[in-house]
Amino acid sequence: MNFETTIGLEVHVELKTKSKMYSPSPVAYGAESNINTNVIDFGFPGTLPTVNKNGYRLGVMVALALNAEIEHHTHFDRKNYFYPDNPKAYQITQQDKPLGHDGYIEIEVDGKKKKIGVEELHVEEDAGKNTHGNNGYSYVDLNRQGTPLIEIVSKPDMHSPEEAYQYLENLRKIVQFTGASDVKMEEGSMRVDTNISIRPVGSDTYGTKVELKNLNSFNHVKLGLAYEEKRQAAILKQGGHIGQETRRFDEKTGETFLMRVKSGADDYRYFPEPDLPDYEISPEWVAEIKANLPETAAKRRVRYINELGIPEYDAGVLTDTKEMSDFFDEAVSYNANPKLVSNWLMGEVNGYLNEKKIGLLETKLTPEHLAKMINLISDGTISSKIAKKVFKETISNGTEPEEWVKSKGLVQESDPAVLKPMILEILDNNQQSIDDFKNGKDRAVGFLVGQIMKQTHGQANPKVVNKILMAELKSR
Amino acid sequence: MISKDEILHVAELANLKFQDNEVDSFVSQLDKIVNMESKLSSVDTTGIEPTYNMGDTNTVFREDKGIHTQTREQMLENVPETDNNLIKVPTIVDKEDDE
Repeated sequence: MNFETTIGLEVHVELKTKSKMYSPSPVAYGAESNINTNVIDFGFPGTLPTVNKNGYRLGVMVALALNAEIEHHTHFDRKNYFYPDNPKAYQITQQDKPLGHDGYIEIEVDGKKKKIGVEELHVEEDAGKNTHGNNGYSYVDLNRQGTPLIEIVSKPDMHSPEEAYQYLENLRKIVQFTGASDVKMEEGSMRVDTNISIRPVGSDTYGTKVELKNLNSFNHVKLGLAYEEKRQAAILKQGGHIGQETRRFDEKTGETFLMRVKSGADDYRYFPEPDLPDYEISPEWVAEIKANLPETAAKRRVRYINELGIPEYDAGVLTDTKEMSDFFDEAVSYNANPKLVSNWLMGEVNGYLNEKKIGLLETKLTPEHLAKMINLISDGTISSKIAKKVFKETISNGTEPEEWVKSKGLVQESDPAVLKPMILEILDNNQQSIDDFKNGKDRAVGFLVGQIMKQTHGQANPKVVNKILMAELKSR
Repeated sequence: MISKDEILHVAELANLKFQDNEVDSFVSQLDKIVNMESKLSSVDTTGIEPTYNMGDTNTVFREDKGIHTQTREQMLENVPETDNNLIKVPTIVDKEDDE
């Protein structure tokens, strides 16, 4: 029996706001426990929520970037549940009239392009964070309670773990380039829940769907789904049946384990949020948000190739993350040669990041400093050998390259009046090398250049040295 | 007729516990309420837009400025037990939120 897999994904993305979705408490990742909370976040009686305009705007941005239709007449709904990380005992969400609907994400698997539908997107609020002690207690930090989220619900359009992986990769990239979220799985600003079912090929009803949780990376999503495909197929082949359940992915074994059996639909008793009015999202506001959508990764890539002469592969690397692409754009804005900026970012900078296992923004390198350093090479002030020293200093300590080069006396020596006497002296002391050269041994030139570099501590301009040296060698 | 099981289910969702005799009285009381409300279903609402809110305001947004309206000390004042500025609660069995 052959089976067909059906996968749907629910992705929660934290929106990058200064304050919470329904309360003015500040939002900050990694802040001191419970420091960013107020009476609304704690669910005190008599408090009222207010809707963060920027949070909603960022949600609309994400929806537009995913080609969705925006809902113009909307309201909020209350989803009821008891849990210590949410003292209100309900979450304010959008159940009836989600912010956006009917979008899509384009993916490419095995050279085939395919559109994966986005059923709907809605804004809601995150819950606090629990940590579990082994002393019979759990500990609650409500800083995250109320952080704006957008939930992106796909259609069940994916048919393999690889398609799900591509969908997530593209979703992450699209959202990242809007600037609406950091979309970092490792910091929890992007979280993925999956539903997967299989059915015999040709069947017109879906199989029982299983929910997968604890997927902390895209790779785990892929591995977890692949394991589920096999597990479910094995059960069906033996004539068994799939239970409607939630399973947990174990990253150590790559297997999934039963967390709980779902007895029925979750009983959240949704109803329209009585503490908030209806919302009219005007076409004018949506048009304004659309007009100001930041340039997508795909558009940046084309611009780098066509306008800046960057090779296709390099343009792809530069637009892999918004961080890198922004850095590149800013460095180029300081009049540095784009190709050189690209080479440095892909070469020395990436090498440094890999070695130190850190991100670009965690270094002390600024686009301005990188551009200045590159311009010092371009105008012949420093040699590329010295540039590596300058680079190390700048990226490690944030030192301004021009000042540093001057203060350390690293400026390249290009003046023939200074270089020529040195060269003559070295020639006078190395008659053997001159003879070798005359006998056709070109290696002698390299030796002589090396001597000059040694004497000038690597600061002699190789081009100028070569020119003087060759003229002198020929005349002797 | 609303069943006893439904009453118990709703009670559980609301985190309420009742004595057996209380549940029986709720069956008849809630049954009356549900019956009364079911009359609403007999109204023909074809072509009528749903009303979600009764208020006369609409589309009220707050500007995105992060402010502290209370201090942490004020917020933790009414918390029964804290540990290192965290709220200490009886252990949570279902750990699905936080792996």
